[in-house]
Amino acid sequence: MSRKKDNYDQSRWLKFKNWVDGDVDLLAKGMEARVPDGNTDGSGWTHGAQSLEAYEAAQEEELKKLPIFAKGFDPSVDHGLALFRKFYRFLSVLLCGSLILVLLWTVAYLPIFGNAGNPDNNEVSARYIERGLQETGAVNIVTGMILDYRAFDTFGESCVLFIASCCVLVLLRIDASSKDKQTEKRRKEAAYDRLYEPKNDIILQKCACILVPVILIFGIYIVLNGHLSPGGGFSGGAVLGSGLILYLNAFGFQKTERFFTETVYRRTTLCALTFYCLAKSYSFFTGANHLDSGIPLGTPGAILSSGLILPLNICVGLVVACTMYAFYTLFRKGGM
Amino acid sequence: MKVFELILLIVLIGCAISVACTRDLLTSIVIFMSYSLVMCVIWVLLQSPDLAITEAAVGAGVTSILFFVTLKKIRAIRKEKTDESEEGQL
Repeated sequence: MSRKKDNYDQSRWLKFKNWVDGDVDLLAKGMEARVPDGNTDGSGWTHGAQSLEAYEAAQEEELKKLPIFAKGFDPSVDHGLALFRKFYRFLSVLLCGSLILVLLWTVAYLPIFGNAGNPDNNEVSARYIERGLQETGAVNIVTGMILDYRAFDTFGESCVLFIASCCVLVLLRIDASSKDKQTEKRRKEAAYDRLYEPKNDIILQKCACILVPVILIFGIYIVLNGHLSPGGGFSGGAVLGSGLILYLNAFGFQKTERFFTETVYRRTTLCALTFYCLAKSYSFFTGANHLDSGIPLGTPGAILSSGLILPLNICVGLVVACTMYAFYTLFRKGGM
Repeated sequence: MKVFELILLIVLIGCAISVACTRDLLTSIVIFMSYSLVMCVIWVLLQSPDLAITEAAVGAGVTSILFFVTLKKIRAIRKEKTDESEEGQL
């Protein structure tokens, strides 16, 4: 005689079966990513300011019903709670103070800044300084280090930036073709958000007209002269990206969409990262034994010198500039 | 030069403390921006101009702009909210 199952609707097996069949979205219940539709229906702030205020008032009422706002949690009623809060404050100050003390105490044991006998002044940096120019052909030793001796680290850094932009894309992207209710609401909110900001601001536009070309040319200069003067791919790319963001702020999305779309972003980043990977990883697969790249090092100081460093700098600069711009557009409207 | 460095360091510490102490988020971001600018000058004094360029572009520029946009997204800029409600009533 088997036990009768009267709560088959609640059983895990049915839920699992439904999930396999694709009937129920388990994430819709458990995760906080989606607000249940019942709460937000008709209260979206796209409906105008009055319904927004009513919505906020209703939310405050809801909040007051929560147990955290009950009388037991009011410090003016519960004296034990007031005592606990004072104790908590005292302890947090004590903890912060002791942490600061420990850190400062450790700092006192560090070797003096710039001392010749410090452990970081070893034979590695001596070799970089002595033979860096001869081996890499870069006048700027820092660039020679990060794009020749330690080029693989820099490749990892560019990839980290690319992955960060991918994560922002996953979190903030609003699918333009989706018919989902939540997505539609978010799209409307983003459009409403942009509707109420000052457009065609004359001061900003005139300043941008003067500043943006200078910033962009300075960024390109930093990228191209990375092996000769301070700077390089990352700094130049950051300058280029902020110039693009300034242009976007002054003239709006319609102007920038003419030359910078999602396809352009995808192709540029992919090409730059692939070229970097192909150009540099072969020597690391063979044990970083300094195989000849086939490109002559040239005379140090000339713009076309130091072999692979110049194209690698351009690649890093492109990746960084595109990523900075993509961050901003994703934050603003959830797409490019 | 020592005096200049000392002044910059004091301003840096003052900025760092006031960022944490300011109640208004918008103000604290602006103070954070000035922190980055002071830090940029200190990088130049420490003879690393490439870091100074990066600090000026990323620290003072892009990061602060992203903070501003985030504040706008979560509607934490108070003045703007009143503006919007006024426009809605018209």
